[in-house]
Amino acid sequence: MSWVSRPLNSSIGCKVIMSVTGLLLVGFLLAHLSGNLLVFAGEEAINLYAKTLRDYLPILWLLRIGLIVMAVLHIFSGVKLTRMNSKAKPVKYKVKQSVKASFASRYMGLTGLVVLAFIAYHLAHLTFRFTHPAFQSLGDYDVYKMLMLSFSNPVLAIGYCICVILLMVHLSHGVSSLFQTLGINHKKYNGLIRSIGPALSTLLAIGYLSIPLSILLGFIK
Amino acid sequence: MKLALHIWRQKDSNSEGKFESYQLDQVSPDMSFLEMLDILNEKLISEDKEPVAFDHDCREGICGTCSMVINGVAHGPQGGTTTCQLHMQSFKDGDDIYIEPWRATAFPIVKDLVTDRSAFDRVIQAGGYVSVSTGGVPDANATPVPKPIADLAMDAATCIGCGACVAACKNSSAMLFVGAKVSQLSLLPQGQVEKGRRVIKMVSQMDSEGFGNCTNTFECEAVCPKEISVSNIARLNREYIAATLASDEES
Ligand code: HEM
Ligand code: FES
Repeated sequence: MSWVSRPLNSSIGCKVIMSVTGLLLVGFLLAHLSGNLLVFAGEEAINLYAKTLRDYLPILWLLRIGLIVMAVLHIFSGVKLTRMNSKAKPVKYKVKQSVKASFASRYMGLTGLVVLAFIAYHLAHLTFRFTHPAFQSLGDYDVYKMLMLSFSNPVLAIGYCICVILLMVHLSHGVSSLFQTLGINHKKYNGLIRSIGPALSTLLAIGYLSIPLSILLGFIK
Repeated sequence: MKLALHIWRQKDSNSEGKFESYQLDQVSPDMSFLEMLDILNEKLISEDKEPVAFDHDCREGICGTCSMVINGVAHGPQGGTTTCQLHMQSFKDGDDIYIEPWRATAFPIVKDLVTDRSAFDRVIQAGGYVSVSTGGVPDANATPVPKPIADLAMDAATCIGCGACVAACKNSSAMLFVGAKVSQLSLLPQGQVEKGRRVIKMVSQMDSEGFGNCTNTFECEAVCPKEISVSNIARLNREYIAATLASDEES
């Protein structure tokens, strides 16, 4: 099976894993957002959505396992590649000027780590409800109340917004970059590829930010 | 012009280095950057001090040895040129100029600004060649190559192996170099025989030399004196994926 293990252990193979898992994670972000936006349709709609997901528990678990595998592979290759990279350039320049590299592209590891911490908090907050023991008594599907109680707290709402923005900084480079990693580079499409990262992450940011901000500012009551 | 030079001095690969500052007066804007360093060295020799070691050979932008990072940019502030083609008119009177060697694990410092770039040679030895038939000399133009393809191969082949891509990359990735070398051969009919094997071997040599991997910041393309395009890195990725996952080659 060396034809499997060799590419996976190579630098390019790891990058390919990063890009494929990154792309699938972006797919999750789109799906997650489309569900979450139901909060604007009212209490019943979002709670029914939450209940319906649980009604199909085996399918939900299948998706969850897929998601966990994607995240683990993404983080595992990310850590491996980042370590390889810092070993390759242990001594930095005294003076360094970036000619072309974007801010987002230079801080992928850092934004990734913040996102990881955010994901951990997010799960503890709304999935396992460790951070707010009071949520346990709300029953299983009262997503609406959990959101209202959480995001009327300015610290939590602003904290969420900052993490979402950092995730979108990660994606503004990541989504454009994954095409190059997969070998897709053609002068007819390069303009499109260059813009898709910033464009998609701006759209996702607007969607994800709208929820905590609307609750904090009292647009959803 | 008067300049304050801050140059990395390191006795040999095992010693610790540090920056030394030198004041140089009467620098003409018409001098090349290397001529300016020659004058500094003459001054140092006349003062009985050790001259600054730096690599240079052709001084016309083709050998690729004149490697140094000048004020944070490989080959200095002028795009699309090597250090030897950089002239002092790119600087102003009273400027501070920081001069550092290439920084990369795969390019150990030999002395001062001189680095050992033989890792590149070993990557080439691993697969950067084509098979040729013995026998009579083939007719010129016996193998047709479409003009756009010939142009792409020629553009890739302008790489002089200077290592600026590695120097500028925050990961010391050599993928612009390897991408160009893989492309110049695999684009042409003569390069087809070893196509799959070549990319696998060159990438595995690249990894074992301790280069990092590409995170698509594209700093390499920005500093490349030959303006090699990062589309060559995409081609490298493409060929590597095809050769490892989808080819009939034993790998
Ligand atoms: C929802 C979560 C995430 C999504 C959607 C995502 C998406 C992406 C995408 C699309 C890429 C580009 C791959 C390529 O260049 O080919 C990427 C790269 C990367 N990600 Fe993530 N990522 C996420 C979370 C994380 C986390 C939690 C970490 C770290 C712990 C991380 C670390 C990295 C690193 C180090 C890279 C490579 C950087 C580079 O190539 O410049 N990511 N990510
Ligand atoms: S000395 Fe030959 S390229 Fe500069």
